[in-house]
Amino acid sequence: MPTNMRLEEPNLVVDRAVEEVGGDPARLMDVARKVMLHLGRVDDAAIARIAAKLDLPPVQVEGLVTFYAFLDKKQLGEIVIRLCDDVVDRLAGYDAVAAAFKAALGLDFGETSKDGLFTLQRTPCIGMCDQAPAALVNEVVLTRIDPAEVPGWIEILRKFKDPRRLVRRLGEGLNSHALIDAMVNNNIRHTKGLLLSPEVRGDALRKALALTPQEVIRSVKAARLRGRGGAGFPTGMKWEFTRMAAGEKKVVICNADEGEPGTFKDRVLLTERPSRVIAGLTIAGYAVGAELGILYLRAEYAYLYRYLNDILDKRREDGLLGHGIGKRLGLRRSFDFDIRIQLGAGAYICGEESALIESCEGKRGDPRNRPPFPAQAGYKGRPTSVNNVETLCCVTKIMQDGAANFSAFGTDQSAGTKLLSISGDCARPGVYEVEFGITVREVLAMAGCADAGAVLVGGPSGRFVAEAEFDRKICFDDLATGGAFVVFGHGRDLLQIVSWYIDFFNEESCGYCAPCRAGNQLLRLGLERVRSGAASPADVKQLRELGRMMVRFSRCGLGQTSSNPILTTLESFEELYGNLVIEDQTGVRRSFDLEAELETSRGIQGPGIESQKEAGLEVGS
Amino acid sequence: MSADKVCFELDGKRVEAEAGQTILEAADAAGAYIPRLCHMEGLEPFGGCRMCTVTVNGRPAAACTQPVAADTVVCSDTKELNDERRMLLELMFVEGNHFCMSCEKSGACELQALAYRLELDAPRFDFLEPQRDIDASHPDVLLDHNRCILCARCVRASRDLDGKAVFGFVERGAEKRVAVNGGARLVDSNLDVTDQALAACPVGALLRKRVGFAVPVGKRRFDHEPIGHEVQS
Repeated sequence: MPTNMRLEEPNLVVDRAVEEVGGDPARLMDVARKVMLHLGRVDDAAIARIAAKLDLPPVQVEGLVTFYAFLDKKQLGEIVIRLCDDVVDRLAGYDAVAAAFKAALGLDFGETSKDGLFTLQRTPCIGMCDQAPAALVNEVVLTRIDPAEVPGWIEILRKFKDPRRLVRRLGEGLNSHALIDAMVNNNIRHTKGLLLSPEVRGDALRKALALTPQEVIRSVKAARLRGRGGAGFPTGMKWEFTRMAAGEKKVVICNADEGEPGTFKDRVLLTERPSRVIAGLTIAGYAVGAELGILYLRAEYAYLYRYLNDILDKRREDGLLGHGIGKRLGLRRSFDFDIRIQLGAGAYICGEESALIESCEGKRGDPRNRPPFPAQAGYKGRPTSVNNVETLCCVTKIMQDGAANFSAFGTDQSAGTKLLSISGDCARPGVYEVEFGITVREVLAMAGCADAGAVLVGGPSGRFVAEAEFDRKICFDDLATGGAFVVFGHGRDLLQIVSWYIDFFNEESCGYCAPCRAGNQLLRLGLERVRSGAASPADVKQLRELGRMMVRFSRCGLGQTSSNPILTTLESFEELYGNLVIEDQTGVRRSFDLEAELETSRGIQGPGIESQKEAGLEVGS
Repeated sequence: MSADKVCFELDGKRVEAEAGQTILEAADAAGAYIPRLCHMEGLEPFGGCRMCTVTVNGRPAAACTQPVAADTVVCSDTKELNDERRMLLELMFVEGNHFCMSCEKSGACELQALAYRLELDAPRFDFLEPQRDIDASHPDVLLDHNRCILCARCVRASRDLDGKAVFGFVERGAEKRVAVNGGARLVDSNLDVTDQALAACPVGALLRKRVGFAVPVGKRRFDHEPIGHEVQS
C-alpha cells in the first residue's frame, strides 16, 4: 500500500465515520464518503459494518454505495483521476488528453494500477466547460489540460502522492484564496452590476430582519423573482407554501448541485460571492420559519468545501448564523438558524429537488412521487424549500436594494438578470450576466461566436436552437435556461453531439421509472441507427414517438427532458436526419440485415451442412 | 354530497370519490380499469412503471400516486394514451429477457396479460438482451433477474408486509437491479417461501420452486378473462 492512510484498520475507519455523525442513519452519505476517502472502497465488509452500526438493512447501504459515481465497492487507487468527458471537453481535445493519461498511467478507463496508486475514470460535466479540457484528481481540479504536461504530472503524483502539487498556477479572484487554492478561473466576462456586484456583509440580513417574515416574502413576490435553476417557479410562492405548511420545523436547502452539462455559473457565485449565497439561504430560513439550512454541494465542487465551511464559521462568530441572529446584531427581531454543508457523491439526478432531499437524508438519489411537494413534506418529512444558488443571490440583492431595483431589470414575466455559462465554439467563454429578454444573437455577439451554427440553450435538457431562431429571447416564456449556453460552430457534427448527450442521460438515469430507464437505451440505439445510415423514415418516426412518450410518461424532469436533444434537433435541424434516411420501396426496413440476423443462429447451430461437406465431414444420415 | 367526497370526470363519466383517494383507487371503485403493473393493493404506491399514466386537465400524471381533485377532467382510456402505454409495454419487454413460451408464469403473468389486453403484437424496438443472472441458491425460491421489471413489489411487500426488508435496489439506470439483503444470494437471506414478497411479483422473476406449470393451460389466471376484468363493471 502506498501510504499509511490505507493501512488503517477498516473497522476503525467505519466506527470513526459513524461516530462523527453521531450514529445518525440520515447521514449515511457522509459515512460512506468518509469510508471511501480513507479506504478507497466501501466493500461488502464495510457495508455490513456500517449497516449494523446505523441499524439499517445492509441492502440500503449497498443501494447508496452503488448509486453514486464517486463511491465504489471495489478498491480504487489512492489517487483517482476523473477526466471530464462532457461534449465541450470532447470538442476541446479530450481524446488527446485521454490518450496521454492512458499512456502515462498504462491504464484504461475503470482500471487501477497494480501498486494501488492510480485509478483512471471518466466523469460527466464537472462545471469547467469554460476551461476545458478539465479533470478531477481526487478533489483537485485541473483545467485547460495540455496533453504534453500529462507525463510530468504523473511523475509528480508518483513521487509526492499529492494532487495539490499539480496546482502550479492559480485562478484569478478568490480562486487563489488559501482555502481554495485552485487553478480554476472565474472568467467573468460581463456583468449588469447586480448578482456579481460587491457584497456588503450582513447588510441584507439586517434589512430582512427589519421586516416580518411575511413582509420578506411579499418583497420577493413584488420583485417577481422566479427560480433560477431552470423551472422558473415563483420563489415567493414557494416560500409561502413552505411557511404555511403544517409542521413546526421547516427546512431550507440551497441547491448547489450544478450538474446540467454546460452550466458553471454557480461555481463562480460560490467562489466570489459566497456570503451573498449564504445570506440568501439565511433570509430564506427567516422567511419560511426554518431553523435548519442545508447547502447541497456537488462532489465535483468539493474543492470549495473548506472555504465555504470557513465562511459559515465566520458568520457564526459574527452573529450572522446560529442562535439569536438578530439579537446578536442588536436588532429587535431575532431567530435561530444554522447551515450545514452536504456533499454529494456524483449524481446528476440529485439536482432534481426531491432527489436532492433524498440524498440529504442519506439515501439513493431517487426523485420522489409528488404530491406531497417538498413545501408540504420535504427533508425528513418537514416542509422544505429548495432554492438554486443564483436564486438565493437574487434574494439577497432584493433585500439590499429593494424589489423595484431588482425588477427594473428584465421583462414582465422574467424580472431581473440571468447568469449564463457560455462555452463551446466561442472566443470568450465564461460567465455573463445578462438581462432577461436578450436575444440569442446578442449573446453570441457578446461572447465572440462568429461561426455559430447551433446553440444549446439550457443544456441537453433544454433545446438546440438553429440560426433561424437566433432572434428568440432568453426568458421564461421563450427560451428558459438554468444558465447553460453551449455554442456549436457550423463544422460540428450535431448528431454526434446529440448522441453524446443521450449517452450522458443513459449514465445518469436513476432507473426508477421504466420510460426513462428503458427509453434512454432505445433512444441511443435509434439515434445510432440514423447516424449509421441504416434508418428509414419509419425509424425516425418511431424515435420521435418514443421521445414524446418519455416526455409525457416519465416520472421526473430527467426522463421528461432527456429526449430533448433528439426532439429539438428533429424540430430545428430536421435535414440532418432527412439526409441520412432513405425511403425503402420494398417495405422492409433498411436497418434489417438478414445476414446479421442469421449470424446468431448459425453460431448456435454450428457449421451448416454445405460447409461440413466442404470440410470433408461425413453428413449423418 | 358530503364534505369528504370529491367529484371528477373520468373518460366522460362522473365519478364520486373519497377525498385523499388516488385516481387509480377511485377508478377501481367506480369499476373503471386503468392499466398498471407496479401498483398492488395493500402496498404503498410506487409510481415506477408509469403504465397508469392518465391526463388530468390535459397534464400527464400517474394515477397510482395522483390524488383525486374536485372538478378535474381525467382521461385514461383514449387512443393516444393506450398507444403510448403499448409503446411503454414494448420498452419493458425489450428491456429484459421475457420468453413467455417457456416461462412458468405464463398465463398468470401481469406483464404478458397486459400485452394481450393492449394488443401488443410484437415489439418494434430492438431487444436489448441484457446479461442478467439467475439466483437459484434458495431451496424453495428462484430469483430470475431476466424477467424482473423493477416494480419494487417484492421490495415493498418484504419491508411493509413481511417486516423483513429482504430486497432492495442497487446500482442505477440500466444497471439497476433487485438485490438481496445481507449477502449476494437469496439463500443467505431470511426469505421464506410463504413470504408475501413472493406472491407480490407480477412476473416470473420471483418464483416458488417445484410448482411451475402445475396449473394446466385453460385454468391459469388470465386464460379466460383479461387483466383488469376484476375491477371492471
